[in-house]
Amino acid sequence: MSGDVMLRLDNVVKHFPIRRGALVRRQIGAVRAVDGVSLEVRRGETLGLVGETGCGKSTLARCVTRLQPLTSGTVEFDGRDVSALSRRALRPLRREVQMIFQDPYGALNPRRRVGSIIGDPFAIHGIADGQERKRLVQDLMALVGLNPEHYNRFPADFSGGQRQRIGVARALALRPALVVCDEPVSALDVSIQAQILNLLSDLQQSLGLTYVFIAHDLSVVEHVSDRVAVMYLGRIVELADAGELYARPRHPYSAALLSAASIADLDMADRRERIVLTGDVPSPVAPPAGCHFHPRCPKAQAICVREAPKLVAREGDRSTHRTACHFPVVPGDDLTGGPASVGGAVDGGD
Amino acid sequence: MSLLTVRDLWVSFHTADGLVQAVRGVSFDVQPGQTLGIVGESGSGKTVCTQTLIGLVPGADVRGQAFFDGHDLLTMRPAELRAVRGARIATIFQDPLSSLHPLYRVGWQIAEMIQAHRNVTRRAARTRAVELLEMVGIPHAVRRIDDYPHQFSGGMRQRVMIAMALALEPELIIADEPTTALDATVQAQIIDLLRRLRDEFGTALVMITHDLGVVADVADEVLVMYGGRVVESAGRRPIYYEPHHPYTKGLLESIPGAAGTSGELRPIPGQPPSMIAVPEGCAFHPRCRYTMGRCMVDQPDLHPVGPGHRSACWLPGRLLGFGDQVEAERVAAAREVGA
Repeated sequence: MSGDVMLRLDNVVKHFPIRRGALVRRQIGAVRAVDGVSLEVRRGETLGLVGETGCGKSTLARCVTRLQPLTSGTVEFDGRDVSALSRRALRPLRREVQMIFQDPYGALNPRRRVGSIIGDPFAIHGIADGQERKRLVQDLMALVGLNPEHYNRFPADFSGGQRQRIGVARALALRPALVVCDEPVSALDVSIQAQILNLLSDLQQSLGLTYVFIAHDLSVVEHVSDRVAVMYLGRIVELADAGELYARPRHPYSAALLSAASIADLDMADRRERIVLTGDVPSPVAPPAGCHFHPRCPKAQAICVREAPKLVAREGDRSTHRTACHFPVVPGDDLTGGPASVGGAVDGGD
Repeated sequence: MSLLTVRDLWVSFHTADGLVQAVRGVSFDVQPGQTLGIVGESGSGKTVCTQTLIGLVPGADVRGQAFFDGHDLLTMRPAELRAVRGARIATIFQDPLSSLHPLYRVGWQIAEMIQAHRNVTRRAARTRAVELLEMVGIPHAVRRIDDYPHQFSGGMRQRVMIAMALALEPELIIADEPTTALDATVQAQIIDLLRRLRDEFGTALVMITHDLGVVADVADEVLVMYGGRVVESAGRRPIYYEPHHPYTKGLLESIPGAAGTSGELRPIPGQPPSMIAVPEGCAFHPRCRYTMGRCMVDQPDLHPVGPGHRSACWLPGRLLGFGDQVEAERVAAAREVGA
């Protein structure tokens, strides 16, 4: 893996306004889905992005692929700022950056034949038509493990795993450099999941792809990722090499998340100490002040309420391991005692 | 004596596409206070199997026996079954939003269920509802009892469902994918709660899930289902470290980070069978690495392969677990028997 940066996000913010009023629509607030994310993705790597429902990981993906305009901040792809480009100017970017979606049922038009779905990118970008397009599509189908003779079938004729292969073929049609995978296997059965994960990793090797891989299944992310970023309420709270993050999480939220993951390994399951977080994730409409995690954090102190910690390398960590926490976890910390009471903001409810 | 004894259960549905054979001869036992994990992928029959027990499969052809505390649930009159269902056998479903009525306050729903089975006043039922909500860890229960389901988060709604399941102190709780719709940290909270309640009240628990990680956390005994049948049954340890059936093994090798595996994913090729046209012989044979001639015609029954460990596979019983050595022996055995 070379170290050059393919994608650079700088302080990306995406707020969805909440409006009220029948005639005069006034903005009365905003869902702060992504709240200042800075991140780099290197050429050839897989960057995993984990977090719970509503933490903003899918919104971030849609900002990266420019399916949504940013509220502020910049997205640089290969050194070019693409955050303010118009739809037309974005066209060349679409060739380079593609996306694979979670739901293989919703992502394919049920009334169109598979061949024409996969061939769309060639038509839109005017690359090939007629027999040439058909040949390219059939090559793609073979590449992702579908029978090229099924060119004329409808999505309904395929199983969930096969549909996800169709989604992969469509994403790869234009030979993109970066593929954003948004929960590509969560809708699939376990035995099919592994088929798709292996397919994605084979394709990465043979085509030299770079992946941003979003999932809530922590073991899947560990398996596929070189580096992993953990998100909580619109911010990245920790970023590190996958092995290091899973072995030695520094942010109390990462530690809790990892300890909560279900693992199909009895000895590990019995040995680990579960950090059970109390309450629910607060609303992104009014996230807690300072560090968003402080109302649920066992290590929180007064400063956490006042000041949001920066995502930087903490004492004793390598420069590649960055944590947004004033009091990172050290070995021997007991995090099982529930939230520390600071600033009176603790509420176990939702 | 077993609390629940299911013997040779067959369930099929007539549909426009043909006869769906959802469950094809399933037998198992649940002891009082025991937690049984039933693992399987979509369409393996795990949900139909348990819903049949509580009479939730209208229109299905059901054969077999299911004794709960000595009485056959499958031949009970509707009134008798209603007295058992909810009171002595409670169910927790996957999706707590669609299991709660959106137009009634949660407290009312819990109280109604108590009053349906017990001769108590509304006030007493309501007091009990508050008690239950407190027990499952809902903060400010006295206040929240008058909230509607949509005012609760997913994890809190599942707590309400658990409170409702516990209301009449059942002897058996059937939990059907209770944490699948929830995030990891919330899932940990709910599993923690289920374990605590089980230990406190000695309730038996049947936990249905596709997630082998969840089973590792709670189950004493594990059944693995495939194609409407139980293919392997064992204590939690042998299932993870010494699986016998190639499907169980394949399932574990498909999960990143599972015990005993090498770290590399070895997916099971192909897809689960259609329950309308189930393959002849062993239903798993079209996807199996070790298929022998016999597997295509002759369906293996569960037989012992170790202490408390049964498997429905023709491979020799001593070939358990993972590793190159066992793998080579299995292939050799399959070739030998096949020849």
